[in-house]
Amino acid sequence: MSGRWLAGKVAAALVTLLFVIIFNFFLFRVMGDPTTQLARLPNSSPEEIEKLRADYGLDKPITGQFADYMGDTLTFDLGISQRSREPVWEEIKDALPWTLLLVGTGTLLATVLGAWLGVFAATRRGKKADTRSLNFSLFTYSAPEYWIGIILILVLAVWIPVFPAGQQVTPGVEFSSWWAEALDVAEHMVLPVAAMTLMLLGQYFLIMRSSMVDVLTEDFITVKRATGLPWYRVVRKHAVPNALLPLVTLSAIYFGAVVGGAITIETIFSWPGLGELSFEAINDKDFPVLQGTFLIFSVGVIFANLIADCLYFVLDPRVQAK
Amino acid sequence: MSPEQAVLEVAADTPVAVSDRSVRDVLLATRRGKFALAVLGLFIFLAIFGDAIAPDDPDASSLDVLAAPSSDHWFGTTETGADVFSQVLAGARVSIVVGFAAAIISAVLGAAVGLLSGYFGGWTDRILDALENWFLVIPTLPLMIVLASLLDPSLTVLILVIGLTSWAGTGRIVRAQVLTLRERAFVERARALGAGDGYILKTHILPNTVPLIFANTVLIVAVAILSEAALAFLGLGDPTSISWGTMLENAFTSGAPSAEAWWYVIPPGLCITVLVLAIAILGYLFEEHINPRLQEQG
Repeated sequence: MSGRWLAGKVAAALVTLLFVIIFNFFLFRVMGDPTTQLARLPNSSPEEIEKLRADYGLDKPITGQFADYMGDTLTFDLGISQRSREPVWEEIKDALPWTLLLVGTGTLLATVLGAWLGVFAATRRGKKADTRSLNFSLFTYSAPEYWIGIILILVLAVWIPVFPAGQQVTPGVEFSSWWAEALDVAEHMVLPVAAMTLMLLGQYFLIMRSSMVDVLTEDFITVKRATGLPWYRVVRKHAVPNALLPLVTLSAIYFGAVVGGAITIETIFSWPGLGELSFEAINDKDFPVLQGTFLIFSVGVIFANLIADCLYFVLDPRVQAK
Repeated sequence: MSPEQAVLEVAADTPVAVSDRSVRDVLLATRRGKFALAVLGLFIFLAIFGDAIAPDDPDASSLDVLAAPSSDHWFGTTETGADVFSQVLAGARVSIVVGFAAAIISAVLGAAVGLLSGYFGGWTDRILDALENWFLVIPTLPLMIVLASLLDPSLTVLILVIGLTSWAGTGRIVRAQVLTLRERAFVERARALGAGDGYILKTHILPNTVPLIFANTVLIVAVAILSEAALAFLGLGDPTSISWGTMLENAFTSGAPSAEAWWYVIPPGLCITVLVLAIAILGYLFEEHINPRLQEQG
């Protein structure tokens, strides 16, 4: 991999990150003047508000506030949660692994299933199986993921109570071993992961199908077939590897949508990740937490894009040749 | 390839021999197109005449709480005893109004930014392009959540928040189109004859980007409807009106799933899904009409 190319991509990502951090400051300090939020506290006298303003550093001029903010953010000091009085960074650190577990499993499943279904449909183009897969994915593409989540709860946790409807482990249980606990977590993961997978599956399927349809019309496929290679081998060894490329970049670009889905899905299933943390922050108007999770979500998307660029570079020789 | 393009290629399910068909023919040529037009027509009708059809006041509460569908209440009742069917009708208006209004804001912004940055180039382009890039990278729903929770929720705030955060894609597409348009002979000719930038933009560039802006805006209506529903579901909707997202929020927080009140959960979500599906199909058919290359894929 060429070092200069990689350095350029990393530098661009860092510049975007810097913009995000700066924007975050103006969004919360200028648009939402924190004093109006402080004034909402009941029974607060003007002196108390002044004291709070001094505590938060709001009595300084805006440039001084900005310098404080930049320094704090770069040292992972994201302020104190108004609700729990815990440092925001600590809350984020506790929630992040749960979100990664949910989002990672969902994305992986959706990618594998979407790729498989895409190949299945593209090789049966125009047939009934193709039309049905298309209609199914257009439907899941349009359906709100939290609605799918509620229906999953209704059907698989209430009507036929096979899976737990919420939280990450059974509360109040002492686990005899780590794998008993892991099994319990896995059971709690089924419904939220299913909702996440259904949310992404439609997109991934449509991309894979259209990319596969493109590849199958290319000349080298005709040539391979002409050499007498069996059809399934042409598909598996020559068409699929080429058609997978757009799916790789898309998984990363779609990370922004995944993050949005994590908020609603985690809320539905009381999954203790960043999404639920954000939801609680919305309800309590806990702006330091909301600012923190928004920053982490943005960092996640920038990072995902960078990884996609690198993957594309590794996988597609044409990019390297440029 | 963008996800929009892929879905678009799917919507083009019937290959057609003639490429210069009218828009009406394009929409009526496929079963998906007819379905989409019928659904959109129905929901626009409900948005206008919904309160005349509604059997009940959607806000009216009664003691008949979480009742199953009956001849009195076709879709059953809510946790406050209100009529679900009447609430669904009220929700159609919010979705249609927010969807179209936000999409128009987004179209105007995207078109303006795309035209200016593509036509003038240089620093204008560099600054606007950086802004566009930034909006494309920022996760949209979290950004909308932050904006909506900093402002006091109302329909106007929702429309503005959604419109102001969803224009970047349109801007990008328009810019690319303008970059090729401004090098074309008819623009050169106009310039040689002494036409000013404003005149060229208005009479030569803009008209040639309108179909593109239109197709993209139809897709944004779908995105805006989904965004409004998600924000309302998270408690950031307009507190004075009932939307499908608010209904789902109320159903969920009042424990309708554990009470097995499927009649309260299914209708609002299904309405969102079907309306979004219909609008997305229309958008893709328009785009296919503009870009016939995509027809080969179906």
